[in-house]
Amino acid sequence: MSAVWIILVGCFVACSCALLGSFLILRRMAMVGDAIAHAVLPGIVIAFMITGSRASLPVLIGAAVTGMLTTIIIELLHNKGGLQEDASIGISFTFLFAIGIIMISSLAGQIELDQDCVLNGELDYLPLFTSDLSIAGEYIPRNILTIFPAFLIIVGFIVLCFKRLQLTTFDEEFAAAIGINVMVWHYLLMAAVSLTTVVSFEAVGAILVVAFLVIPPAAAYLLTNRLKLMLIIACVIGILSSIGGYYLAVFTDSSSAASMATVSGLIFALIFIYTKIKQISKTKNVEEYKEVKA
Amino acid sequence: MQTWIEFLSFSDPGTQVVTLGSILLGAIASLIGCFTFLQKRALIGDTISHSVLPGICLAFILSGNKNPYVLLIGAIISGWISVLVSDIITRQSKLKADTSIAIVLSFFFAVGMMLLSGIQHSGNVNQAGLHHFLFGKAAAIVKEDVQMFLVVGIVILSVVLIYYRQFKLYIFDKDFAQSTGLPVKLLDFLLTTLVVLAISIGIRAVGVVLMSALLIAPAAAARFWSRDLFKMLLLAVFFGGVAGFFGAMISYAQPNMPTGPWIIIVLTLVAFCSIIFGQEKGVLQRWRKRRAFQTKVLKENILKIFYHLSEQSGNLESPRKLADLQSRRPIVRQELNRGLRLLKQNNFVQKHNENWQLTSKGMEESKRVIRLHRLWELYLSEHLNIASDHVHDDAEAIEHILTSDLQAQLENLLKERDVDPHNKIIPNTKSNI
Repeated sequence: MSAVWIILVGCFVACSCALLGSFLILRRMAMVGDAIAHAVLPGIVIAFMITGSRASLPVLIGAAVTGMLTTIIIELLHNKGGLQEDASIGISFTFLFAIGIIMISSLAGQIELDQDCVLNGELDYLPLFTSDLSIAGEYIPRNILTIFPAFLIIVGFIVLCFKRLQLTTFDEEFAAAIGINVMVWHYLLMAAVSLTTVVSFEAVGAILVVAFLVIPPAAAYLLTNRLKLMLIIACVIGILSSIGGYYLAVFTDSSSAASMATVSGLIFALIFIYTKIKQISKTKNVEEYKEVKA
Repeated sequence: MQTWIEFLSFSDPGTQVVTLGSILLGAIASLIGCFTFLQKRALIGDTISHSVLPGICLAFILSGNKNPYVLLIGAIISGWISVLVSDIITRQSKLKADTSIAIVLSFFFAVGMMLLSGIQHSGNVNQAGLHHFLFGKAAAIVKEDVQMFLVVGIVILSVVLIYYRQFKLYIFDKDFAQSTGLPVKLLDFLLTTLVVLAISIGIRAVGVVLMSALLIAPAAAARFWSRDLFKMLLLAVFFGGVAGFFGAMISYAQPNMPTGPWIIIVLTLVAFCSIIFGQEKGVLQRWRKRRAFQTKVLKENILKIFYHLSEQSGNLESPRKLADLQSRRPIVRQELNRGLRLLKQNNFVQKHNENWQLTSKGMEESKRVIRLHRLWELYLSEHLNIASDHVHDDAEAIEHILTSDLQAQLENLLKERDVDPHNKIIPNTKSNI
């Protein structure tokens, strides 16, 4: 039964991340996603210190606020400070992440968070942390109780606001011209990314979230130019990597989260090579056609 | 307190090694960081630092021990591969550079974490300490490590010194460097290798996650103090070394604390302070410059009001009320008072009862500004064929900027003209009578 739970959590994380990551990539904000994934750490620790639990609403709000704060710091350093953009990203997220790690180290033993969990999550120990709820005699892991609602929120957000997200992503100026508040949608998306990062964080750790955010959407983007199709393909790739990753982890006796991310990377590599071959044969066909015609 | 004194006295030989090692690592990373920073490739450091992890783990699995040179070779190889892969993805697909960087770093890191957890589960006794690569632990640095840092540091320093001029040209203008026949490919290869080298050893102190900041933060901080590459390098190395020292100190006092985060906190604070207080386009300095210019504009505009009023009634010496001054040009009362106070300090105006009057120095100055304004209007309409009703706004802005050199050139060009396009007299000042 634990296999099902681990794969299920992996799928929810992968799908939420894939949906949001698609928009991040199209907006050329992949590294901002990376930054947010690191920077929510101090928010999580502070909220955790106050409430004593990781799954509460304050933790989610705290982390969402830190996530947005990160984007604001990046923009401040870039626009007001006159620092180039890549350096602004690099400085702000490492700073917040370092603060988070120092907090965790100084509270070592007092709270239920450690450095290892920050990087790796605790997907493998999922069956150990169960909630009070049960279905057919099986206690549901408490992770599911945060990740599943978050997944529903993200899906609802994307479905309900699809048109606006699409417009602000592809043609910001046009969107602004027809009266859409572009900044609001920018920050809503950042808040959604922070939310996803926080709930996924517990399962897969801070850095592997980035893999789920970026790799499946990038692979999907190579295959299609249509946004809706891209979202669906990205989710499918995410689900496949969760399933494949779980069995790879069992087979190699290593961390599930890391091997799920590894599998998604391998899928990306396959798709990359596939599109390359297709492209080459296409140009070959064109050349042959030209020769025949000549 | 006791521990700080103990640390600073260096009574423990281990402390000396750790401190020297951290300082070296900080300095080396900062030196190379300046080059990636100036190339606007700062985030490539993030990719490489995450990507050396699988190399280190594989080197450990294959060799079975933690010989620093063996691990270094593994790190260099996988770091280099990550650069190549992200290059290929960017060039061969429609994905943008930032996306390919994120893909490569998270994928390599995932592989590294997989290998690391596999090693930890394998029960190999030697593996203890391998996880220090994640967040860095200065206290784990031993004498052999420091020897290696010295060797690598000397190699990096000598390459930078030998190729200093070429690197300088290459990072500031790649196309020009290529057109002058510099071996751009070789320089690119050398720089990437140096970055990979610096990162591979630097992660001993700050770990893979925070390594990118050790490259970026000192460079960013130094950039706000000097535009000169050499000075910038020196400063960055200094910042990096100081942060390394501080990290070693904390590692000594608090053995549970990972060193990396503290080094990064120190460096980031230095960078923040530099961004705010830096002499080279720092926030405060830019603010001060802007403020000074605004004040200059305010003062000159007030002087112009006196002149304009004199064209309507009375003469340049006539005392004016505040309300009169405000009627000619909309200036907020507070600003007007501030401007007049400053003009009084410069001895341009004087106050009689409630009236303000220009001094002879002030009259000269007001004529000078008006003269510049009208000369510029004349120049625009005569030489650039701009309609005379379009020239005012431009002149309004340029009159505060024109230098006396430019004034002389304008006067030379518009000799013996004394009326502007609006048929107003261009006043003469003493200097050109």
